[in-house]
Amino acid sequence: MMLATLAVMASDPVVYHTYYDPLVPVTALPWLLYTILKMIIVFTVLMVGVAMLTLAERKISAWIQDRIGPNRTGYGGLLQPAADGLKNIMKEETYPDAAYMPLFILAPMLSFIPSLITFAVIPFAAPFSSRWGLVEMSVADVPIGFLYILAISSLGVYGIVLAGWSSNNKYSLLGGLRSSAQMISYEISMGMAAVSVLLLSGNVSLQAIVHQQQTMGWNVFPLLIGFFIFCVASFAETNRLPFDMPEAESELIAGYHTEYSAMKFSMFFIAEYSNMVTASALMVTLFFGGWDIPGTQWDNIPPWTLLKFLLTLGFFFTKLLFFLFLYMWIRWTLPRFRYDQLMSLGWKFMLPLALAYIVITGGAILVLDMLQVPRSVQWFGISPFWAVLGVLNLVLAVLVFVILDRGRIISPAYSRLSPLHIARLRAMSAARPFAASQGD
Amino acid sequence: MTIQVKVLTRPVADASYVRAMLSGMALTFKHMMNPHKKTEQYPDVKWALSPRWRGTHRMLTDETGKAKCVACGLCPQICPANCIKLVPGEDEEGNRYPLVYEIDEFRCIFCGYCQEVCPEEAIHVGRHYENSEYSRQGFVYDLERLTAQTHPVCEMWDPADPKGE
Repeated sequence: MMLATLAVMASDPVVYHTYYDPLVPVTALPWLLYTILKMIIVFTVLMVGVAMLTLAERKISAWIQDRIGPNRTGYGGLLQPAADGLKNIMKEETYPDAAYMPLFILAPMLSFIPSLITFAVIPFAAPFSSRWGLVEMSVADVPIGFLYILAISSLGVYGIVLAGWSSNNKYSLLGGLRSSAQMISYEISMGMAAVSVLLLSGNVSLQAIVHQQQTMGWNVFPLLIGFFIFCVASFAETNRLPFDMPEAESELIAGYHTEYSAMKFSMFFIAEYSNMVTASALMVTLFFGGWDIPGTQWDNIPPWTLLKFLLTLGFFFTKLLFFLFLYMWIRWTLPRFRYDQLMSLGWKFMLPLALAYIVITGGAILVLDMLQVPRSVQWFGISPFWAVLGVLNLVLAVLVFVILDRGRIISPAYSRLSPLHIARLRAMSAARPFAASQGD
Repeated sequence: MTIQVKVLTRPVADASYVRAMLSGMALTFKHMMNPHKKTEQYPDVKWALSPRWRGTHRMLTDETGKAKCVACGLCPQICPANCIKLVPGEDEEGNRYPLVYEIDEFRCIFCGYCQEVCPEEAIHVGRHYENSEYSRQGFVYDLERLTAQTHPVCEMWDPADPKGE
């Protein structure tokens, strides 16, 4: 098809010149060129950003622990990622004798590639009116955006599981198993939480979701509980603390990447950080208005100038960086969950909450639409629909966090024993023949 | 006595993960914003040593540049680690001096007894901690090396000032 269009353009340049309209999306050759340009830029920014995130992680952990962090390589340690990358490339790759080689080599790639390509559908700025038409600012402006992300992000677990299995090491295998269990459990609540966003916007395209938030207000308020579930689930999805069961340094050495060295290990690391970037971008897009500038409407309407593009890009990145910071902040604050706590949180709390939340949100949206509550901005720049849903969510949040969160959300070690159990344990220990024979 | 399972009753109803998490995050944020970091910029900024710091030894010399040591033999006698080797000699005027004076700094436990016992205030433990050698033999300091050290010496424990202030 592309060749045919190229041929048409080559044979009839007039078609090409009369094409110019700043509000019609670019097609044909300019589309191809812009897409390639966007791919290169997004890929570069993502890779450099991931490298910088490793430095940011070390710096933030240092500051939180009253240290200074890396400051020897370059100004303030800025060249540390470059030095680390160089080291990882130069290092010897070790291959364990017992490893199953094809999968051992394939696993880092399987973990690395999905983490990079998920970012493709995220709209990161306002569209830009170029000379040849409107350029949407996401690498691939696919209409099934969110479904694509759900599909691709769940592929990442294969890399981890295969790495754990093919290493032929008990710790790696345990890490891989834990990871698959964890990701499967939390993917469900993540998808369920996102359903509430889809209900509100009535569309799975990320551009449409951003547009809905521009006209109505950010989703974080009317879907507060949904955001909470999504946020927790995305921490679990990216294997970050307090959910870093697959790595679990103290128990599993390094979990699934115990046997990996040099650039293969580095690939798992890059995958983890770019997963973080994608999950943060997703949270920004679904709940924090994407590239929307808060409190204004001028950024949502044409003409799509360069200034608008840069400003919205800046706002998107600011929000993204906030979530990346949140990831690190939480990592250096919370200890890791016990495995049973993780599973019971996922299945006994998050999933029922998410399911109930879909029903409540769906019902509320249905009722509000039946009452013909306007969705667009009405009084003082606030949409009534948005405000009513928000108040409902505040009530739910109080219910969840004040009444339900009484040692039930995360079961503490001591809460698992009822008085009945304690009595039974005491009876057992009293009746034990060894203990009885010891006497005193 | 039989083993009892000790189970404490704790206020589960008051335990809240979310509140505990938020207070923890507030604490870490406070530490992150705290400009007073604990890191010592070691090779650039050296650690201020206590005046009572006991490090590798130094032999003091008199005005003529000779070691003050009179080879009385008290320091090898008191040394708990047995790391001082002393062979006394005597010159024509009958003054004793050390023919061989060696301290094995690897054996030394830096108790400082040699400095306390020395009647001539010759041998001292030093306020110094950066030592590295390519061999264990390099840590056997002979008299020449001990007199060549220039670092400040330890100010010993003073009963009138037990905290060293």
